[in-house]
Order: sequence, then structure tokens, then C-alpha cells
Amino acid sequence: MRRRIAPGAVLWLLIGVAYLLIPLVATSIYSLKSNQTGKCCTLENYGEIIHDPAFWKSFRISFVLALETIVIGLVLLVPTVYWVNLKLPRLRPVIGFLALIPFVVPPIVLVVGLLDVFRDTPDWFYAKPYGFLAAAYVILAFPYIYFSLDAGFRAIDVHTLTEASQSLGASWRTTLGRVIIPNIRAAALAGALLTFAIVMGEYTIASLATFDTFPVYIQVVNQNRGFPASALVLLSFGITWAAMIAIVLVGRGRGPASGAQVGGVR
Amino acid sequence: MATVELRELRRVFGDVVALDGIQLTIESGEFLSFLGPSGCGKTTALRLVAGFDRPTSGRVLLGGKDVTHVGPNRRGIGMVFQAYSLFPNMTAEENVGFGLKVRKQPRDSRGRRVAELLELVGLADAAERYPHQLSGGMQQRVALARALAIEPEVLLLDEPLSALDAKVRVQLRDEIRRIQTRLGITTIYVTHDQEEALSISDRVAVLSKGRIEQIASPAEIYGAPGTPFVAEFVGTMNRISATVADTERGEVDVTGTGVAVEAARGRRRGEAVLLLVRPETVELEAAAADGDGLTGEVLSHTFLGSVTRLHVTIGAVEWSADLSTERASALPVGARVRLSFPAASAQLLSLGESEELPAADPDDR
Repeated sequence: MRRRIAPGAVLWLLIGVAYLLIPLVATSIYSLKSNQTGKCCTLENYGEIIHDPAFWKSFRISFVLALETIVIGLVLLVPTVYWVNLKLPRLRPVIGFLALIPFVVPPIVLVVGLLDVFRDTPDWFYAKPYGFLAAAYVILAFPYIYFSLDAGFRAIDVHTLTEASQSLGASWRTTLGRVIIPNIRAAALAGALLTFAIVMGEYTIASLATFDTFPVYIQVVNQNRGFPASALVLLSFGITWAAMIAIVLVGRGRGPASGAQVGGVR
Repeated sequence: MATVELRELRRVFGDVVALDGIQLTIESGEFLSFLGPSGCGKTTALRLVAGFDRPTSGRVLLGGKDVTHVGPNRRGIGMVFQAYSLFPNMTAEENVGFGLKVRKQPRDSRGRRVAELLELVGLADAAERYPHQLSGGMQQRVALARALAIEPEVLLLDEPLSALDAKVRVQLRDEIRRIQTRLGITTIYVTHDQEEALSISDRVAVLSKGRIEQIASPAEIYGAPGTPFVAEFVGTMNRISATVADTERGEVDVTGTGVAVEAARGRRRGEAVLLLVRPETVELEAAAADGDGLTGEVLSHTFLGSVTRLHVTIGAVEWSADLSTERASALPVGARVRLSFPAASAQLLSLGESEELPAADPDDR
């Protein structure tokens, strides 16, 4: 016998769907109106955005920044979290506390502090988004990457796997690369996705440090051009999702093991 | 195959002395078990041999070479862990081949070796499966094949069967022994299960509080325990306070009754001793109310499957006796019985040594 869904549940489901979809639908209707006449329906707003070099430039900056942040974050944190789980479990609460700081410190404080700290660094770092902003974003992404990785490491038996690998003759590097990382890939991927979303949407720091990232560009368009701004929002929504799916596909690789792992290791 | 020598091995964790001067040589091809309750130091000792941990003092020699400060990946040991040691991202085949891959063995010879080993542990048709698709017993077989693939000098097994159910445990235990005998590989096996240790080993080292209590063949450990701890830990034992009464004929005094015990010969008369008698050597027969010898009353019956264990009180002392269930039914609770045992089967230990008797562990029958 099929279970019937309670009417109350359906109501809540509909409210939820409406809450999520109405802004999207409204924005898409708005984006189809002509910027000159205000009449529906035309794709000229999309054309305008796509043909705006500033759109591609800012998008590229944010996209590369996101990848850079992910790579630096993972390179720094995977070995760290591995080592802490393996050898220094007493440090876990300390690192957990440090990871909470970026949540607590307001972005304005962070950016003013960082600008001050890095004031004397060379221009190729200080004046470039891939230098200064990447450094800021790694800090911002720290908690997301850390907590994802920590959960991943706790789901596997780090000690036994490490010792098994070593007893078979593997060095630390081989153990990390062939045994540990493949088994925390799902967790690393989760951290990477969160980082990607954060960097693609971070406005405060980029704006205060006067870099033309994607969110800054959206804000500029939004202030000056109403209908194209809606088109831009939808475009960025779509592109960001596509990019995240691409990361998932690339990170997941092939083979049945990876399929089984996304649901949880072991 | 290599010998393993542990020389004055000591390992201290903070205030806790986990190993207190272990001195031991394991012959080439020998199967030795470390047996003891949890916290006795058996796993610590194994980890020192494997190289996962460094001793506070003392040395580890493999094949005569000092490896105390050699990393675990360069000791040439194979290790089987308690559980969850297979790499979840690799198939059974890839797990077994991992050590060979690390050693950069060419693909085709590696493939042959892996197939050979999976065959040896009876898993030739599970080569393509991932660990989560294998049962606990199969996982441990793969782990064994993986440890053997690198042709280690020494095989270490750290309670490899403790996570398995009883039937698989016995089956795999026999298989481990068969494979070990066939390959002639020096093996150290850690377990808290005395039945396992006794059935599988050439020699058993019983550990307590970081020290070796006794190291001997299984038959000797069971039949002639060297210390009260071993007597208590291995098998069930009647431990009765007694006094040496006659040193020539061999007799001890148990609650006012003279009992023939060969081991009393040559001891000091009047010496306080502990009389050790296995329940399976004890005989019971129906007795008159005022009969002489060790007479008492049946207190309870415990059915153990192949035998029934009777608890008998004689004076204030409680004895256990294992009888066939048929014979036990002739001696109901409350019956008067006379208790005896062969004079040659009982052991005596000086009571001075028996201060540190362990609490009976209900897990270890």
C-alpha cells in the first residue's frame, strides 16, 4: 500500500518551493524586459551582458581566485588535518577554535587588518587580486575547508590505514597521496564547493580593497542598469552552478569506489 | 625467514609502564602468541616490533639486525590489523598489490603474485570487489594476503579475528596456521583469547602488567602454569589454599583433609601453597553423609555443552568439576559427593607468589 502524503506536508513543500522559485521567476521575467521600452520579451539584456568585456574580465578574476583559494586551502589544510588527527589529536579543539575566528571577525575588520598587515608587501602581491585577495579568501575559506576535512578524516580509520600503508613499505608521501587523499576526496570536494561559492559571491573585502571581482561588477551593473542587472544575476546563477557541477565531476573521477564514497566512506 | 629478538624492551607512557623489560627470542619460522588481558602490553610489544612506536629503552632485532630506529616502511614486516585496515578506495586485488606497487614491481609479475595470494586465501573470485562489498572474514583474508604479498621476513597479527563471529573465527584461525606452516614464516600473534592462542601457536608468551609471566608451549601453559596469574588466566582452575603435609609420599592438607599430590614431594613441610586443579580432572562420586576424604555438597550445575560444570562446597571452599552431562544428572543439587583428582595432575604454587591474583575476567573462560 502506498503511503499517502499528509496535506500539511504538501502545503509546506509548496511554500518552500514558492519561496525559492518566486524570486528566480520574477528576476527572469524582469530580465526579459527591454531596457529602453520596459516591454516584454527580448533577450537584449542578456546580449548586452555577454558582450560586455568587463563581465568576462571580472568573472575570470573571481573564477581563477576561487580555484586558487581552493588549491591553497587544500594544500595547507589536508596535511595539517591529517597530521593533527594522526599525531596531535589534543590540538583538534585548538584548531577548531581558530577556524571559528573568520566567522566571528566582521569582513570590514578583516580587510582593514589585512590591508595594514600586508602594506609593505611587494606590488605584485599587494596590488593584485591573485595575491592579496587570495590570501584573504584562504582565511575566509579556512573554516569551511577545515570542518569538511575534519569530518572526512574522522569518518576513516586514519591510524590503521596509515600504519597498514607504512607496513607495506609506503613512505609518508605515498601514504598521503595513494591512501589518505582518495578516501577523504568527498570531504575535500565539499570544502572546495563551499569555498567556490564563497569566493564567487564575496563582495565586502573585494570592494573595500578596490578589486574588480565578479560580485563588484554585479553591484556596479545593478546600480546603473536595472533590466540587464537581472539578466546578469541569472547568468551568474547559472554559471556558478555549472562551475560547481564541473568541480564535482572532475573531483569525483571514475570507478565504483568514488561513487560509493560520495555517500560516505567505508 | 628471520628471527625476532626483543632485548630488555621497555616502553613508558607518562606514568604508565606499558612494557617492563621484555626479553624474548622468536625462532625463525616459529609461531608465537602474546596472550594477556587488555592493558598487559601485548599490543605495545607488537607495535615496537612493527616500528609504529619506539621503545623507551631496549632493542628490537630482526634477523640479527638492530632495527630499533628503522621506520616501519623499511622493516620488511607484514601486518594484519584488528579490522578496517583495507584501503576503501581499492579493490581486493589492488589492496593485495599495493605493497608490490610501492616496491615498483612490474605489472605482470605483480598481477601473478596477487592472483596467487588471493588463491591462497581462497578469494580468487573476489578480486574485483571493494572492501565494503566483502564480509568481515573476507576482509581479513584480503588483509592477510596483502601482508604476505610483500614476502615479509616476519608476519605480525594484532587480534585479527576479534571482530569476527565465532564460527568464522575458528575457520580463519585454522587457515592462518595452515598458511603460516606452509610458508614457514616467523609469526607473532597478539590475542586476549586463550583458546585462540593455545590452538594456533608453537609457543605462547603470557603477559601481565608489561612483563612476561610465562613463555612455553601451549600444553605446558595449560597443564603446568608457572605462575598463579597464568593458572588463573588460562582456562578454568580450582585454586585452593593448602599446606604441605607429607613431603615424602606427597600429600597436602586441604581444609583438614590429607590429599595426595605428587608435586608436594620435596617441598618444605608446613609450607603454605596454592593447589591448582583443572575442573576436567576432578572426579565426583556419591558419598555417605559422614564419609571421609574431601566430601561436600553439590551447590549448582552449569551446562556448558559438551560437559556440565558442578560447583561443590567442601567446608568453606568452592570447587568446580566438569562431568559428562549424563553423569552430572546423577548428582543433583544438594547431593553429598566425594571429590578426588589424580595425584599427578595437580600443581602447587608457593603462596608467597600469589599476592597479585587477577580478577577473573568473564570474557575469558
